[in-house]
Amino acid sequence: MRWTINGAEVDETVDVRTSLLDLLRERLHLFGAKKGCDQGACGACTVLVDGRRINSCLALAVQYQGREIVTIEGLGAPGALHPLQKAFVEHDGFQCGYCTPGQICSAVAMASELRDGAPSYVTEDLTAETIDVTPEEVRERMSGNLCRCGAYNGIVDALTETYAPAAEADKREAA
Amino acid sequence: MSLVQDTLQAVMKKAIALAPDGFIPGGHPDPLIHHKHGLIGAPVSRIDGPLKVSGKAAFAAEFPVDGMAYAALKYSSIPRGRIAELDTRAAEAAPGVVLVMTHKNAPRLQPMPPFMSQPKAAGGDDVPVMQDDQVHWNGQPVALVLAETQEQADHARSLIRVAYEAGHGVTALAEAKANGSEPGLFQGEPLKLDLNDAEDKLAAAPHKVDVRYTTPRHSHNPIELHAATVYWEGDALRVHDATQAVDHAAWTLAQVFGLREEQVHVTSPYVGGGFGSKTLWQHQILAAAASRLAGRPVRIMLSREGVYRIVGGRTITEQRVAIGAQDDGTFDALIHTGTVAMTPHNNMPEPFILPARSAYASRSFLLDVETVKLNMVANTFMRAPGESVGTFGLECAVDELAHAMNIDPIELRIRNEPEKDPTTGLPFSSRLIVEAWRRGAERFGWSKRGAPGARREGEWLVGLGCATATYPYYRMPGGAARITLTRDGRATISISAHEMGMGTSTAQTQVAAERLGLTMEQVTFAYGDNTLPGVVLAGGSQQTAAIGAAVSAAQRQLFETLLQLAGNDSPLAGLKPDEVGGSDGGLGKLDEPQIFESYASILQRAQRESVTAEAEAPPPLELQHWSMHSHGAMFCEVRVSTVTGEVRVNRFLGVFDCGRIINAKTARSQFRGGIVMGLGLALMEETQFDERSGRIMNPSLAEYHVPVHLDVPEIDAIWLDEPDPHTPMGARGVGEIGITGVGAAVANAVFNATGKRVRDLPITLDKLL
Amino acid sequence: MTPFDYQRAADAAGAVAAGVRGGAKYLGGGTNLVDLMRETIERPDCLVDVSCLSGGIDETPDGGLQIGAGVTNAAVAADRRVRERYPLLAQAILSGASAQIRNMATVGGNILQRTRCGYFYDDAARCNKRRPGDGCDAVDGFNRNHAILGASPACVATHPSDMCVALAALDAMVTVEGPAGPRQVPLIGLHRLPGDTPQIETVLEPGALITAVTLPPNGISARSRYRKVRDRSSYAFALVSVAAGLEMEGDTVKDVRLALGGVAHKPWRALAAEAALRGRLLTDAALQGAAEAELSPARGLRDNVFKIDLARRVIVDSLSSLAQAREIVR
Repeated sequence: MRWTINGAEVDETVDVRTSLLDLLRERLHLFGAKKGCDQGACGACTVLVDGRRINSCLALAVQYQGREIVTIEGLGAPGALHPLQKAFVEHDGFQCGYCTPGQICSAVAMASELRDGAPSYVTEDLTAETIDVTPEEVRERMSGNLCRCGAYNGIVDALTETYAPAAEADKREAA
Repeated sequence: MSLVQDTLQAVMKKAIALAPDGFIPGGHPDPLIHHKHGLIGAPVSRIDGPLKVSGKAAFAAEFPVDGMAYAALKYSSIPRGRIAELDTRAAEAAPGVVLVMTHKNAPRLQPMPPFMSQPKAAGGDDVPVMQDDQVHWNGQPVALVLAETQEQADHARSLIRVAYEAGHGVTALAEAKANGSEPGLFQGEPLKLDLNDAEDKLAAAPHKVDVRYTTPRHSHNPIELHAATVYWEGDALRVHDATQAVDHAAWTLAQVFGLREEQVHVTSPYVGGGFGSKTLWQHQILAAAASRLAGRPVRIMLSREGVYRIVGGRTITEQRVAIGAQDDGTFDALIHTGTVAMTPHNNMPEPFILPARSAYASRSFLLDVETVKLNMVANTFMRAPGESVGTFGLECAVDELAHAMNIDPIELRIRNEPEKDPTTGLPFSSRLIVEAWRRGAERFGWSKRGAPGARREGEWLVGLGCATATYPYYRMPGGAARITLTRDGRATISISAHEMGMGTSTAQTQVAAERLGLTMEQVTFAYGDNTLPGVVLAGGSQQTAAIGAAVSAAQRQLFETLLQLAGNDSPLAGLKPDEVGGSDGGLGKLDEPQIFESYASILQRAQRESVTAEAEAPPPLELQHWSMHSHGAMFCEVRVSTVTGEVRVNRFLGVFDCGRIINAKTARSQFRGGIVMGLGLALMEETQFDERSGRIMNPSLAEYHVPVHLDVPEIDAIWLDEPDPHTPMGARGVGEIGITGVGAAVANAVFNATGKRVRDLPITLDKLL
Repeated sequence: MTPFDYQRAADAAGAVAAGVRGGAKYLGGGTNLVDLMRETIERPDCLVDVSCLSGGIDETPDGGLQIGAGVTNAAVAADRRVRERYPLLAQAILSGASAQIRNMATVGGNILQRTRCGYFYDDAARCNKRRPGDGCDAVDGFNRNHAILGASPACVATHPSDMCVALAALDAMVTVEGPAGPRQVPLIGLHRLPGDTPQIETVLEPGALITAVTLPPNGISARSRYRKVRDRSSYAFALVSVAAGLEMEGDTVKDVRLALGGVAHKPWRALAAEAALRGRLLTDAALQGAAEAELSPARGLRDNVFKIDLARRVIVDSLSSLAQAREIVR
């Protein structure tokens, strides 16, 4: 079986029952994607497949053969962090750090969904060409990523700064 | 305890209370309190941040070991009885299976000493761990499977067949209450206080409320599943654990396996959230036992359901709060009593009366927590045990009285502000709640609050509410620390403390750098390892103080050694440890900083590569000399749909009096995080315990609701930043206070919005239709 | 998870040939099936992966849309034609689950997802779905999320889909490939009420494969709305949801569509309420009467009596706000 993971071709033979999450963690020792529920209820296992975010715990690795998978390890590393990773540190968008890789992967995909003009449940006008990156949009779109430490404010600040710098500046000015 | 011991203890307590301040730890303010412009208080980003955001911080289940086998647990499906038949043949024959362990083949083990039964006990309960055929709760582990992969272990587990002979389990609260209650004992003292005939004073009071509140079971739900990687090296046990108590876990494991404590090595550098749940439960023991039987390293990671089955949460409470008041609003009587559920196998009587002991002046008090016994997974500590749910009853009742008397609820609180601790008579070490109320009322726009139901915006009714947050200062005995200073001017602080996201490693690096006059880059904070000095539980919001006191003691020791090494040729010659401070990479005289020698110079002259000092913190006598509490003024604005009853939180403000804040960035996250968990407690959280079967019916993050992003508005958390003169660094803990008062602030805001008083948590929409 | 064979279907016919064998299951996005397999509630011996089949959204000759069963929920909600012509469907999908799950879940899988009843999920509980004849522990247990309409003593579970509620309101037709060839089933006739056989959840025969959903053109899209009420503001199943659409002629109801979620074993098309409104003046009394017509057979359980009142309130509010709203001009 073959996948492209963080740009590299990976060949492994796994049990058909193995989830993409367990392939990453237990076979490839890519521990960035986390297991928090193993049932699609927390988002800690979020990775990107062909640029879209999914819950890797609910994905059978066998079904995702041939796909391009990016994990938190593929976004940046200490010393060469992705701008969003830096913003998470700056805005304290985490405490224990366990949900964090999932939040960040999810947010990277969220940004591209917004760029594509994809609406959310809180989008007033479903036919609008562009959607403003408001805190409410960000909160609804990120609601599939639980943070029990409650670092939600910091996460939203990190996302807003990274993906809507103008809105962030307005907020600072207002404060 | 004997009468003689009781008497001695009472005498000691009185003596400590009456001793001169100077004899008590904290009697001389920590010199660090006077450092105004250094690292203390700075909004420093987490030093482990880059590792965490890149997925490189290694959690307990992320230590691959050669030859490792994976564990899966099978849980009982009855609350009480015995295992009549246990058929493991199909599981044993399944592919990849290494071992099936049951009570029939498990090694002989001692029960876990339960938490608080002994200084380093960490067990959730004292039920024998897979030692007999008895079932004590619905969800108790009855078998463990080890296999080459997790998939194989999980599958083999599903092939195990168990037949039970049902016994009589007590699973309904009504039956448990009918069986009789016992007074709760917490930290060795009864949760009972009867001062000046409160019932009579209540009956005679011109104004009163007398109401009942309930709070349901709660589950901590840290996102990291409870996990451990375990193996034996000869007779020594190695555990990579997810724990907030490395020393307690090691000591307790040693008792269970009949080892010396030194034979158990527990590390836990990163913990994916704990909130009270990451102590010792059966899974670490079962993994170690299976590892010994199989001769293989073992990885155990509970499923989310598994966490609900074998890791206890916060128990249910039924509370009565009655307040009698004079026309001026001052309290004649404060009564806070009620019942909580426990099990026959633990002692954690959710101490919901703790806030009422010191929050308000009153002419009489009646406080009482009664416990009843259920067959359920042992309940345990969860963020602000006692205060989180106790402030719900107390602070709603104050709001109800204020409404009944037509007095502003903040004003009513201020009128009942005590001069000294109202139940112990001790002086407060520092108490600024009135200032917090004034600051918060101004900032939140409290004066715009209208009558209940008066403010409508389209479909929504909008209301404001407030409540007092309160949590005590704790410092537990056993703190000790080691400082190693090397000739290149670097220091390592070693202490067996924990980092679960509170920001401990960052904040303590700041403190140590400030104490030693080094930069943060020159300081390494080593923690999360039971072989390091000290016993420092990550609980009770006490780590900051416990580490602070230990490091301060070690620092004094270090300076003494350095001054000896410096000798007569040093500019520092003749100075005493109290006369010098760390600055600019060396020691300087406090009042004449130009009298200085660098650490490098001292060590070079003494021909030493390094110097090490280790010391124990003094016993926490300050807790019996002053009444030491943090406070917060909590403000909430909600909107409630007139169509659906849905409640949404528009705004939240917490103004905190927690002494000096060490790190503005991580402390704000702690406050906000506590408030977010409080919003969950207020609006949605409930562990559903089926009283017919004793089974938890929502053991998942899909069915047990914790707040999601969209539930949480921007939360404003500010603080007064006034140092407590009697604590290390002037700080008190910040980890738990944030959740306290939130339930009441939300409920009071809902009342202001709708005129409806919800006294049973969570405040779900059906209660507002 | 019980061991199984995995095979990827090349086309619908091949899938049905493999899927008709006993013990086989079709795998779409897996968001429900993989979870249920991990819980050993589902134990297929073969998974036929159909997620790569029927992946497009196409115009139909009459001006409707045909959505392939393998299209992800996210792709349906993001499709411009769906957003413009069937905003109700886009809203319903976007109210469900999380962005991650919507990226995985397929239209076919969403329709066939199973209940979230806690007693269904717990092997220690009695459940007639898992073990027919076993009894139902939910009837007298925690049943806040359970049915108020069309339930039976054997089962009080609800169908958890949001998407299906919108499809029910939109008169969607489901194309099914079966051992006997293709056929069309109206969405509102696809799911069954529990009766005595709650383990049989749809009218589909074993091995039948959903290949597409067809949306006919309609006049209600300009005034339509999906409102979902739940215990937290996002990422939760519905307590009650309402898909509502109105077409007015002056003050008179020309056409109305109403479907409810979270209330029954199937997406609940509120035909009685619709009949009470069609051709009538839209007054408050008419709205109350319509809601009453639909909900008079409703029965509450220990924890969910409130849902009857809640459903009434949301029906009335949804339709009256649609009536007051200016038609959205596109």
